[in-house]
Amino acid sequence: MQHLSYFELVGFGPNGWGWALLTATGMTIAVASCGFLAGSIVGTFVAWGKIGGNAPVRWLADGYTTVLRGIPDLLVIYLFYFGGSAALGAIGSLFGAEGFIGVPAFATGAMAIGIVSGAYQAEVFRGAFQVVSRGELEAARSVGMHRWLMFRRIIAPQVLRYAIPGLGNTWQLVLKESALISVTGLVELLRQSQVAAGSTRRPFDFYITAAILYLVITWVSTYLFQRAETYSLRGMRRAS
Amino acid sequence: MDFAFMQEAFLRLIGGIPLTLNLAFTSIAFGAVFAMLLALMRMSNIKLLDWPAQAYVFVFRGTPLLVQIFLIYYGLGQFRPTLDALGLWGFFREPYWCAVLALTMNTAAYGSEIIRGGLQAVPHHQVEAARACGMSGFLLFRRIIFPIAVRQALPAYGSEIILMVKATSLASVITMMEVTGLAAKMISQTFRAVEVFIVAGAIYLVLNFIITRIIMAIEWWLSPHLRRPPAIEPRLEAAHV
Repeated sequence: MQHLSYFELVGFGPNGWGWALLTATGMTIAVASCGFLAGSIVGTFVAWGKIGGNAPVRWLADGYTTVLRGIPDLLVIYLFYFGGSAALGAIGSLFGAEGFIGVPAFATGAMAIGIVSGAYQAEVFRGAFQVVSRGELEAARSVGMHRWLMFRRIIAPQVLRYAIPGLGNTWQLVLKESALISVTGLVELLRQSQVAAGSTRRPFDFYITAAILYLVITWVSTYLFQRAETYSLRGMRRAS
Repeated sequence: MDFAFMQEAFLRLIGGIPLTLNLAFTSIAFGAVFAMLLALMRMSNIKLLDWPAQAYVFVFRGTPLLVQIFLIYYGLGQFRPTLDALGLWGFFREPYWCAVLALTMNTAAYGSEIIRGGLQAVPHHQVEAARACGMSGFLLFRRIIFPIAVRQALPAYGSEIILMVKATSLASVITMMEVTGLAAKMISQTFRAVEVFIVAGAIYLVLNFIITRIIMAIEWWLSPHLRRPPAIEPRLEAAHV
């Protein structure tokens, strides 16, 4: 085996892994985005439960955020991966299917990320809701807005505005968490680097490339969240 | 729900607690020293020290810990002859030390930002008062700045410690048999993910709960001036008759 230079190895030539790594980067972004969106939905409902629920609902929502933020993400991924296939196997056997049914790794990963990041996003949304002025909510109610209309017109836009910095932090967490999905065999960036490292015996070159690609994603998304923040605050009066 | 099985799982998984705590506390101890150094580098106003520290923090906070672990454990194997020659291979061959190194370097990056925040929040008049008393340099740092900064940084550092306890689970990916490693092995042997998950999750929750309580106690102990003075019993004397 001839010795390839680093740039031949990760480049787009005949022996290069460039396209594979780029595709895998796309997969990382895709699974992280799906997980993040799922987490936003979960987080919205959990925050709602924490703010407006009755005692048992509040208790459940508090328990959810405490538990999910207190246990390692890797355990949750194992639960979804192994537990999901066990559940599917049980359902399958009802319909006469035999043996092990694997859950699609993408769905497992996105769901696990969604459940974990939902706990973080719930706290972000709750914090942002508390900044929304009580007077505006009362004003909305006094002009006869119903719950849904008030949520859509008054609460959601303002909560989103205040939540952007916190959501940015959660997105960074989600992005880094998506690397853990590699244990389920989903070919995202880290998994692809592992495969390439194994077949070329150049682990350092590939892991450092993966690290650089992750840095690029973080860097770009930090920039985008900053842009979003300034955009969302364009009509706001700033103190000092 | 099979309680006999959960009991068996519990007895197997508590065997991993010493390693989990060992990994967490070794790396937090080394990481805190390193974090302090990085924070001082960033606040030194010397560009040659500030920039490397800033780059370090950016890189280690912007990449997944798992990538860092793989880079150290598998990646450095590519340079085995060089490491052999330097006599470092014995260190990088051990998954334990690779995990400790990765966790230490990771927590140092996050910790340095927390410590920097604490140092920057030291009120300026405290420093001025100390200077007026003739303190400067290391004495000023040791007596005034450091204690106040520690007190201010402690709550945030507490959540970093919890994050580190959770992060030790990643060491299971490089064959360390701590709680998550044992849980993963047990799940793949028995395919009873839910029961094992509940037991392992409960272990982590209890560990983190105890750590939070300890940090709260330290916080309470470090801030006697913020506590209410003990209530003085009203005297039953007819003083104003």
